[in-house]
Amino acid sequence: MTQIIFYFFGAMLLLSATMVVVIKNPIHAALFLVLSFFSSAAVWLLLNAEFLAIVLVLVYVGAVMVLFLFVVMMLDINLTTLREGFARYFPLGIVIALSMAITMGLVVGSDYFATATYNQVSTTTTVSNTELLGRAIYTDYLYQFEIAGAILLVAIIAAISLSMSKSKITKSIHPTEQVNVKKEDRLRVVKMKTENKEG
Amino acid sequence: MITLPEVLLLGTLLFCISVAGIFLNRKNVLILLMCIELMLLSVNINFIAFSHFLGDIHGQVFVFFILTVAAAESAIGLAILVVMFRNRDTINVGELDSMKG
Repeated sequence: MTQIIFYFFGAMLLLSATMVVVIKNPIHAALFLVLSFFSSAAVWLLLNAEFLAIVLVLVYVGAVMVLFLFVVMMLDINLTTLREGFARYFPLGIVIALSMAITMGLVVGSDYFATATYNQVSTTTTVSNTELLGRAIYTDYLYQFEIAGAILLVAIIAAISLSMSKSKITKSIHPTEQVNVKKEDRLRVVKMKTENKEG
Repeated sequence: MITLPEVLLLGTLLFCISVAGIFLNRKNVLILLMCIELMLLSVNINFIAFSHFLGDIHGQVFVFFILTVAAAESAIGLAILVVMFRNRDTINVGELDSMKG
């Protein structure tokens, strides 16, 4: 039963990844990427990595893919010029992918490393996956965890400072100038005769 | 029961598909970024498979860090993409030749 579920989600992962690669519309490609992330999260659940599967759905599908979709919809891209090399490089891409798949499949599928004899290690502990991961992160990998936080901070600052434009269309007020403004700067009293309507 | 070679084969095929995608969509930066995400996903599948079959949690810690770095990478990459589109009105890789000697 587990194997059937694994094959189902694995096939879905490979199919959606293929669709990401070959589909014409970038919005559809982003949506198929969401599907491939979902199915790989299901595969990770089968491999007892519950915390990371949830993180993949929450962080990737929830944040990164929404960012991708947002950028795709914001950019007004010309699809015909972007697809022009597709047919020309199709045979080359297929040949390279197939040769890579055969080479890596020979390595992975061979008996040399005896990978087939690795059975699932019986986990007799009652500790959950999240607790195990948390223990490893906050003890052995504490400094690396802090570096990861610093990387995220740098990414936030870089993304904001890159995309914040200083062009003239951005209208903003300067608070000090606004507070220091005097009546004479804005108001001009014009002396003029009163007009007599009745003549 | 799932065996380790099956999961490794899944990661291998996913990696090959994304390499083919980089060859096919070499003009479109957006699809290139998506293919990089797929490559990182296949590496993560390998890490999680070994972590499961060896009973070692440290592989999952590595996946955690790879997810962090991949999120940062895609955020900065998309920001660069937006700035590029604002300045050049295109995301075509073939037209980015202003630094050519």
